[in-house]
Amino acid sequence: MSWWRNLAESRRALAVVLIAPAVLFILLVVGVPLVWAIYLSLTDAIGGSLTGNFVGLDNFTHAWGDANFRKALQNTLVFTFGSQAIVLVGAALLSHQLVKEFRGKWILRMLVVLPWAAPVALGTLGWLWIFDSLFSVINWTAGHPIDWVLGFVGIDLVDPINPPQWLGRANLALIAVIMVHAWRVLPFAVVIFIAGLASIPTEVDDAAKIDGADGLKKMWWVTLPLQLPIALVALLFGIVFTAADFTVVFLLTGGGPFNATQMLTTWSFQIGINSGSLGEGAAISLYLFPLLAAVSIAMLWFARRAQVS
Amino acid sequence: MFRRFGAYIVLVPFAVVLGFPFLWMLITTFKQDLDLYNADTTPYIYNPLQWRFWESMTTKHIEYIFTETKYVDWILNTLAVSAVVVGITLLVSLPAGYALARLSGSWGQTAGIGIFLVYLVPPTLLFLPLSPLVARLGIGNSLLALIVIYPSFTIPFATWLLMGFFKTIPQELEDAALVDGCSRLTALVRIVFPISLPGILTVVIFGVSLCVNEFIYAFTFITSSDNRTISTGVPNELIRGDVFFWQSLMFATLLPSLVLAFLYNTFLDKFIKGFTGGAFR
Repeated sequence: MSWWRNLAESRRALAVVLIAPAVLFILLVVGVPLVWAIYLSLTDAIGGSLTGNFVGLDNFTHAWGDANFRKALQNTLVFTFGSQAIVLVGAALLSHQLVKEFRGKWILRMLVVLPWAAPVALGTLGWLWIFDSLFSVINWTAGHPIDWVLGFVGIDLVDPINPPQWLGRANLALIAVIMVHAWRVLPFAVVIFIAGLASIPTEVDDAAKIDGADGLKKMWWVTLPLQLPIALVALLFGIVFTAADFTVVFLLTGGGPFNATQMLTTWSFQIGINSGSLGEGAAISLYLFPLLAAVSIAMLWFARRAQVS
Repeated sequence: MFRRFGAYIVLVPFAVVLGFPFLWMLITTFKQDLDLYNADTTPYIYNPLQWRFWESMTTKHIEYIFTETKYVDWILNTLAVSAVVVGITLLVSLPAGYALARLSGSWGQTAGIGIFLVYLVPPTLLFLPLSPLVARLGIGNSLLALIVIYPSFTIPFATWLLMGFFKTIPQELEDAALVDGCSRLTALVRIVFPISLPGILTVVIFGVSLCVNEFIYAFTFITSSDNRTISTGVPNELIRGDVFFWQSLMFATLLPSLVLAFLYNTFLDKFIKGFTGGAFR
């Protein structure tokens, strides 16, 4: 009766008891599959099996030898850093306005948050319709009202007979998936940026005012340096979420046209599930690991620094 | 000038671009087929079909979803999975988050970040070994598979947020309760949890949303139409080969998006507080 009471009063023991379930669960459903994925990548396991013969690094070298894989690796980098560039600029602009108080803030913020709140698979379906080959609303808008105006200065954006096939041309399809993912991640980055801005003490503001820093000057010398750490946190998150994204690319292009938008994730699905080469599929997805590890280490380093200061 | 209207000058264009797909969904939902698949008319308005202008809008594609598809089942599946997963998550994360915030001192921070880093291990890395594993355990094609797997990303996320919330509750409050003769556990249940109710509610909302969003596990583990969640049911069953039920698809998308966006917007300030309370100040 009293042993658990004693336990509850001992801080260290209680901490262990309280944290243990979380750690055990994570080890079971994340640790075990992760180790298993590494094991599978070293075997010739095929679809539906959990084991295979040890083949060393064959899967990694075989995957690397495929031109589609290298294209997927390159795409993953372009996709990740392309969309993050858009996201960072957008988040910096939006967050500074959203910390202010003004009329209609609630509804504007709701519109900004929408892409993040919408289930990602469903939001992507909306874009699938926007990029439709025959009835794309982008092409109609660019081809009719916008081209009508631009017509006066002799510019013609969209040829109505042969409009751009957003998801049917290699370069356009890559631009399309980058745009959609930037659209989806931007609100999350905005929220993290707002959190960063909110954590800057008001004293700093007052001190800057007394020193005569205002407007752009204050932005450059005071706000930006203080916001840099949180911006980097948002960037690190964005890199992981984008590099590891499967849904947007899978639903929007399926990796097409002709594998032009394959990412490491969709290519590992293609090889590991559709072609049934489980071992090689695992190897392909593990090529993501160095990137994730680098991001994790950077995060730890930041947290450590934040703790010291 | 900019000081006064800057917010609108920046926000309105962004809001238009970010919100546009949803406006387009709304317009599409009520369109007649003949109107929708006509490249010659203005797509933003409802073009009357001949003289029967009152028939230019239709709700039949919304009715289709509720009568001819298992949309309601998918919603119920999603809610059931979310409820159980969030329940498990709270049961595990509440004590862990509290312990990491209070009891464990300096290494608490490191352990907290360690748990959080697990959140960064993507499902795209884990689904390959999990897929045959789930089949072997006999829970393939069952919601049980999702219930077992989803806490793998909700627990790290929730633990991190709750740790942030608990750090914002003054230690003195608990100490006072201890002085008054409460045990540490009673103090926890009577004092700390009630105060952190808004934080817990935030975790519930964002936990549910993580479950609703999840795609790759639900896509690879669940194969029958009856057991799909909303994220996989809609793209799998409302797109048949090359045939897209666009109006129905758009409504099926719009409904959960608006509900979630409303909840997000309402709890955003709380979310921000919990997110930064943990670290990264």
